[in-house]
Order: sequence, then structure tokens, then C-alpha cells
Amino acid sequence: MKSIADLVTEQPLLAVLGPEACTVLAGCASNMRFASGEFLFREGEPADGFFLLREGRVALRVATAGRTPLDFETLGPGELAGVSWLVPPYRWSYDARAVADTRALAFDARCLRQKCDADPQLGYRVMKCFLPVLVQRLQAVRWQVLDVYGSEPKA
Amino acid sequence: MPGIAPLPQLPEPVLVRRRQRETADTWTLELKGNPAAAFLPGQFNMLSVPGVGESAISISGDPADPARMLQTIRAVGPVSAALAALRPGQALGLRGPFGRGWPLADVAGRDVLLVAGGLGLAPLRPALYALLARRREIGRLALLYGSRGPDDLVYRRELARWQRRRGLEVGITVDHAPSGWTGEVGVVTRLLDRLEFDPARLLALVCGPELMMRHTARSLLDRAVPATAIWISMERNMKCALAHCGRCQFGGALLCRDGPVLRYDQAGPLLAIREL
Repeated sequence: MKSIADLVTEQPLLAVLGPEACTVLAGCASNMRFASGEFLFREGEPADGFFLLREGRVALRVATAGRTPLDFETLGPGELAGVSWLVPPYRWSYDARAVADTRALAFDARCLRQKCDADPQLGYRVMKCFLPVLVQRLQAVRWQVLDVYGSEPKA
Repeated sequence: MPGIAPLPQLPEPVLVRRRQRETADTWTLELKGNPAAAFLPGQFNMLSVPGVGESAISISGDPADPARMLQTIRAVGPVSAALAALRPGQALGLRGPFGRGWPLADVAGRDVLLVAGGLGLAPLRPALYALLARRREIGRLALLYGSRGPDDLVYRRELARWQRRRGLEVGITVDHAPSGWTGEVGVVTRLLDRLEFDPARLLALVCGPELMMRHTARSLLDRAVPATAIWISMERNMKCALAHCGRCQFGGALLCRDGPVLRYDQAGPLLAIREL
């Protein structure tokens, strides 16, 4: 059976950190399962963790009273659920809900933030690891907001 | 007595045989085509409604069956709305086919990736038919399709069939979805992350809104796919479709003659010029 450190080291997103830093991160990680329909986190709650998906699928969604919740992204194995733990005020700004039975590595963000504060070199490398995901999400959201598939009047 | 070739600027009257609703504003018309009038995947016809106007519409049917000419039309303006509203038995004017199609002559031994956005699946569908007909000649074959929402997906029954078909990988995603949608949500380029391919063997055919094509091409370039292996289909207003009027000029190319399908190493730099 694989250890948490093995599972953390196998994550493609963390590959650039190297085995030593992955072992440090593994000290803040645990295995979790979510049944389909279960929430990983909900909007407004403290962002005190994040998840690297190993199996299954998770939908990120916004819900407004009186309107049908809208999914704006789905995530699969190897992908990161939750980036709000990186920056204050550390609060989720959307829901993350399993849409299939899901297994994930759950990281305690407070634990990881403390380790990064204590070792700025580790913190810098962790930030370099997660920043591309943030930039990709920002670009994707910009594309979605622009509604590129919408129709412009013409002939 | 040999027949006189029809003048390319004169529309030929053709009848609508069937009309299929695709989405709230998009219809596929089946026209009574001419079995001898072959077309290449990626080519377009000029369709007209007398008294309303004429518009360039990509051919979306099977090139092996030109007698069943399919045209998928999104009603976004007076001409396209008038075309999309035509009923079986009614006539429209047709000129074509025009333009250069997808580069399918040298696909043998290569992996082929089709990336469609929105109605961009229409000009890619004939290419997919042609590739499926030559399935044994090519390596991996994949279709990635992105749309605004689940209700905006065109050719839904066929997509479901393609998803079940062996030898064809299909990825579908929508920009946003209400509860109940069990598929992927996110921009179409994210599907590239889930596809493993050898960039040196890949031929990529991309069609959709310009922004989508630019991002897709950049994502492919980031994955070491050469610009010469990426082809896009450009959309500009066409008028004569005979390379006379210059309405569809795109840099040094006239899209009605030199396009609409262009290689990305030639078209990509032009996409960055706002005046074009």
C-alpha cells in the first residue's frame, strides 16, 4: 500500500517540487473520499484546505438564491480543487461538489502555510507550483465571460 | 450537345428537402444536391434568399454523399434568419462550392485532432466523415468540441454515436452548465491536457470563433506542435466568392479563393493585426 508521501510525490502538479518538498507537503495531507453529490467545500466557508483529485470528478459551481446553480468548471484526476487557501481572506468563493465518487488528497492549508512561512524557499516553490493554475483559471474565466460562442448580429 | 457550364456568379435554384433543428437558433437544411457536384471538406456555398440577400455557409455534410447537401445555419441576421426559416419544398439560391478545404491529402500515418468551438463543428464535420472513411490509414483520431452550454451543442445524436465509436476519441465541454449536466465544464483547450499525443505526428484542424482558435493554436504550440501542422478556418464576410471584389481580403489572401482554411504559420501572425 502506498504511503501519503508516495501519493503526494506522484501528483503531476507537484512534480516540480521534487521528492524532498513533497515529503514536507505530505505531512499536511490525508486521503479523503467523497460520494457523488457530496460537497468538498462551500462558498463563504474558511478556505482551510485544498484537494488534489486522484479519482472521480468535481464540479465548481456558483449558486444564487432563486436560480439554478451553474457549473463553471469540472475537474478530474490530477487536478486541483481550491485555490482560495493561497491568499487572504482564505475564504471559498464558490462551491466544489463531487459529481462522481471521488478520491482526493486533502491538504491542511494552515499546516502548509505555516511550513511555507517557516521556509520561504519552500513557500516560493509552492507558489510557483500553484500560480500557473491560477493564471490558467483566470484566462479560462475571461474566455467564458467574453461568451465567445455567443452570436453577433450579421448577415 | 455539350452543356454550358453555369456562370459562377449566378445562383442555381435548389429545393430544401429536410429541415432539422439543432439548437434554439440553429438549423440544418438538407438540400436537393447534385450527385455530380463534389465538394471538399471545409468548402462553403453561397446561399441566397431572393429579395433578402446572400451569405457564405460552410458545407456540413458528408463529401461522399454530395446528393445530400447539408448546410447548418445559425439565424443571427436577416439573411441567415431567412435561410434558416426555409421549409421543405421551398427554394433557395446556391453558388459553389468555393474555397480551399482541410488538408486531408497527407493524413496517412499521422494523428489527427479536430478542435471545434460552437458552430465551428459544422465545417469540421465533413472532414471527420472523410477521416472516418479512411480510419485505417491514420493513427489516433480525436474530436474536441466546446460550446457555450449543453443546449448549444449541435449534432447531439451524432455526437453520442461518435462517443461510442471505437477508434475515435471525443471530448465535449461547455462553458457553463446547469445542474443535471454530467459532462465536462470548462474551456475547450483544457481538454487538450487530457489527451496524450506525439506533437511531431499531429495534424490539428481547428474551427470556431477567432479567440477560441487563437487560444487553441497557442495551447498546441505550447505542446510543441509545429505551426505548420495547425490549420484554422477563417470567417469573413464574402460577397462575390470569386476573388474579384476583395471583401474577404485577409492580409495577402482572399479567403474565398485562398481560404477559408489556412495554415497557422501563415494565418496566426495576421490574427494579431486588429485592422484585419
